Amino acid sequence: MKIVLSVAGAALALFLTIAMFGGAGWTHPPMANKQTGFRGTGMDLIRTRAGNEELAAANRAPAPADPADASGDKASAVYENVQVLGDLSAEQFNRVMVSITEWVAPQQGCTYCHSTENMASDELYQKRVARRMFQMTQHINSSWKENHVHEAGVTCYTCHRGNPVPANVWFDTPPPSAGKFIPRNNGQNLASANVGLTSLPYGIFDDYYSRKDTPQSYVRVNATTALPEAKSKPIQDAERTFAIMITMSQALGVNCTFCHNTRSVAQWDTSTPNRVHAWYGVQMVRDLNQDYMRPLTTTFPEARLGPTGDVAKISCATCHNGANKPLNGAKVIEPYPELAHPTTQVSLPVGEAKDPIPGTTTPTPKPPM
Amino acid sequence: MAYYQNFFTQVQVRPLEPEMGIPVAANDRVGKPFNSYLFGLLGNSQVGPIYIGYIAALSITCGLIAFEIIGLNMWASVNWSPVQFVRQLPWLALEPPLPKYGLRILPPLAEGGWWLIAGFFLTASILLWWVHLYRRARALGLGSHVPWAFASAIWLYLVLGFIRPIMMGSWSEAVPFGIFPHLDWTAAFSLRYGNLFYNPFHMLSITFLYGSVLLFAMHGGTILACSRYGADREIDQIVDRGSATERAALFWRWTMGFNATMESIHRWAWWFAVLTTLTGGIGILLTGTVVDNWYLWAVKHGVAPSYPQVYGPIVDPAHLSPVVRP
Repeated sequence: MKIVLSVAGAALALFLTIAMFGGAGWTHPPMANKQTGFRGTGMDLIRTRAGNEELAAANRAPAPADPADASGDKASAVYENVQVLGDLSAEQFNRVMVSITEWVAPQQGCTYCHSTENMASDELYQKRVARRMFQMTQHINSSWKENHVHEAGVTCYTCHRGNPVPANVWFDTPPPSAGKFIPRNNGQNLASANVGLTSLPYGIFDDYYSRKDTPQSYVRVNATTALPEAKSKPIQDAERTFAIMITMSQALGVNCTFCHNTRSVAQWDTSTPNRVHAWYGVQMVRDLNQDYMRPLTTTFPEARLGPTGDVAKISCATCHNGANKPLNGAKVIEPYPELAHPTTQVSLPVGEAKDPIPGTTTPTPKPPM
Repeated sequence: MAYYQNFFTQVQVRPLEPEMGIPVAANDRVGKPFNSYLFGLLGNSQVGPIYIGYIAALSITCGLIAFEIIGLNMWASVNWSPVQFVRQLPWLALEPPLPKYGLRILPPLAEGGWWLIAGFFLTASILLWWVHLYRRARALGLGSHVPWAFASAIWLYLVLGFIRPIMMGSWSEAVPFGIFPHLDWTAAFSLRYGNLFYNPFHMLSITFLYGSVLLFAMHGGTILACSRYGADREIDQIVDRGSATERAALFWRWTMGFNATMESIHRWAWWFAVLTTLTGGIGILLTGTVVDNWYLWAVKHGVAPSYPQVYGPIVDPAHLSPVVRP
């Protein structure tokens, strides 16, 4: 008995030691810590140099295409059915087309959006979506320049990173699946990567990131007076806010003190300017989801929609991809002035969506050459 | 030669006749005593005979009912998938009713009704166990120190799950049953009420908690260190100080200028442990009912220091007018 126990104990200790070294995701010095608040407040961004380098390497902006000649015939004169970028010269237009191919469909190529028989045809849904996405990019770079994207701006690559569908999009959370007896779980208490594997509510994107009219009070759960004077908010609301904050923290690869002095997370006067940026970022995400993504629901084929038939939507992570400045803060919009301002007032695609056109099929992406 | 130690003994005492303790008036112990090597590693190797009695039996029954209700609800919430039940177990929970049900006695079962039923049985189980503990202590002619210490923990439990929710007017204020969920609830509770660290009773509770740990280590260490001089007979030494007590006392006078006595150290430890949950319970009880934002309360009363502005004034953009929004 004693020997058996000793052997079992030793085996367990060995296993735990191996698990500890191999499975715990250790980071090790050298560290690259950055103080983000007054000394003694614990406001520090704690990272490793290796982690920083890895993050920077994963978020490198691609080299812009060589500038094109602005003279010559306009794209709208040379090509048919150019609705957004028709004012560019044909050469400039082609430069944008080459760039977007690299940004969005480098493996699939032109035919990801264009029919091989007729480049001007709108039969592929990808082309109609891309047109709206051009408008969205222009909208972000103009309307949200002052408060969120600044001189860095965004291009298709900021979110897409060479993928036809950006890696970090989200869909509405389906209600619990049908069963004989499903107890309410408050939409929480499941291991969800959305909220950092906590047991906090995981379906928070739907309400928080998709509508412009979400009231400010939705996340603000702290009382503004020391003593109870108004009707109190339930703890469930605080759990929801906590979950939302975790999504932002994960999206930007930062901790709470990047924006807050956590001795009182609600106080604005003790927060950092990053919190103001983030606030505008949230308004922007809601704006984009409501005005640009949701209206595209019928343009996408069913296979591209989420479990509740909703379109893929944007959150902080879609652009940030784990970095607090997307693409390391590179001024990606500078070489592409045509994407910095709206060039058409019409919301595209106009009219009824038509997909798939009978008799046509979306080409399957070609394997990389 | 093997020698005797108090903990992780290399020698296990196994009397030929099982130890039955002192004779007591009501002796309804059941089971044939046996010796367990595993138990002997940690304490006395003898297991049993056990006194159960109807109160303890009722307590265990109620506890099992609560355990079953909680477990089955958790299992149901993953659609009765055994794999998911095991995989997600630390995340699963039985949540209290939603705020809209207030203090309703029985909301729909799937929407908090089961939580109330489980809570009832768990509370009944704990209270009955307290009675069991008290009666056993009295039956042996002991003081009631252990039951009252347990009562202090029960106080915190009742504040969290029963008294405070009633004062707030909603069962939704109570804690969910679940491993991670109750921890996340705790974090959210602090966030909701403007940082519990500024709650003075929370401060006291932490002081007594860490103090308990410190006292435990100091006392345990002292007795083990002096056991070669007979310190394991510490209760005798309360009145009849021996060499071990003298050394232990001198050690602490040398190292911190002051020493507890063989008697007072146990009062220190008992009160620290009891006050941890006693003050903690008061702190929870005041949160939301009397104070809504502990940070603002601390600012108002000069508890929270103010720090210099590092970034210049940061203003809530929602209050800027006109709100910059395309």
